Amino acid sequence: MFVRTLALLVALSLPVSTASADVSLGDAAGRYSIGAGGSSIRFSIAKLGGGGLNGAFGRFSGTIRIDGADVGRSSVEITIFPDSVGTGQGRIDAFLRSDAVFDSANAPQIVFRSTSVKRTGETTAVIAGRLTARGRSSPEVFTAKLDSLKRGTVAFHVTGKVLRSSYGMDVGTPIYSNVVDFDMTLVGRRG
Amino acid sequence: MPSFRLRNTTTRYGWIAILLHWLIAVLFIGQFALGLAMVRIASQRTAFELIQWHKSFGFLLLGLVLVRIGWRLGNARPTLPETVASFERRAAPLVHALLYAAQLGVPLSGWALVSVSMLEVPSVPFDLFVMPNLPLVVSDDAETFWSGAHQWLAWAGMALAALHILAALRHRFLLRDSVFQRMIAPSSGDEPRE
Repeated sequence: MFVRTLALLVALSLPVSTASADVSLGDAAGRYSIGAGGSSIRFSIAKLGGGGLNGAFGRFSGTIRIDGADVGRSSVEITIFPDSVGTGQGRIDAFLRSDAVFDSANAPQIVFRSTSVKRTGETTAVIAGRLTARGRSSPEVFTAKLDSLKRGTVAFHVTGKVLRSSYGMDVGTPIYSNVVDFDMTLVGRRG
Repeated sequence: MPSFRLRNTTTRYGWIAILLHWLIAVLFIGQFALGLAMVRIASQRTAFELIQWHKSFGFLLLGLVLVRIGWRLGNARPTLPETVASFERRAAPLVHALLYAAQLGVPLSGWALVSVSMLEVPSVPFDLFVMPNLPLVVSDDAETFWSGAHQWLAWAGMALAALHILAALRHRFLLRDSVFQRMIAPSSGDEPRE
């Protein structure tokens, strides 16, 4: 009993790089709901002269389906509510919500739907799909890594680059880069 | 005499001084109009773009004003015709000095404003290069102060420009002396000499 507890503690406290061997996409089969608890969708846009504009979306929801037999048949769908954008500066938030960028009054949702999932390793996959924002759709690619899997909860670290010009949001280029760097932690609960 | 006279003489402005005067006049007044428009326009996107144009033209204005001051220091100063009254002989240099102060103060206070702004939007004149910020501390209070100073100086600058324009028009249409004409071209006007 004591040995089992110790082994579990060690497994949980191992750094991600070695812990990755303990979790596998194949073991994570099931349907998961992405919730705001533990999840975050952060973004960063580089500025000329250094630094960048950093922000996050506070409200989003989604579903992850992992096919245990064939990870390539897995899918992900996520909806972001751009009204919930936050940068720590109210005037910038208002600007982002306005028709200069998200136009969240008329386009309250940003939706990503995967079209293909390619497994690239024991815990990693490349997810291609269509991102729709302000009435425009464009193919995008994200990289996902399964960070943890325990008791019906999966946590993915997802990164990707999106060109905002694809969605009519290129205001401020070239002072602010056209490239938006996404860095997400998506925690899904089975069911 | 050829009319292609670049430098000032003791009675006439040369082409460089004339060109700088009118270029800066258009920029100074145009920037005021642009500044008023950009903070009143409803579209946030257009406002953002207009503000970047305002910053670009502001840095251009500041550069031209520095060239103009350098040129003025290195050139002869045309004296006023003897017909100009003594009150104006004292008032004109004062208004001119205040106009120079406004030409420097308005763009400099704008530079200070973008330097302390909490929004921390980089200044990239005409998308050509990153203009460094002035070494000032970013804060809400500093932004409020420089925003007020920039607007106050701009209005003061426009009041001075209005006075200057009225005085110039008086010379052109009422007094009909050479004072207005000599800012049009080095050889025009009513003094056929040199």
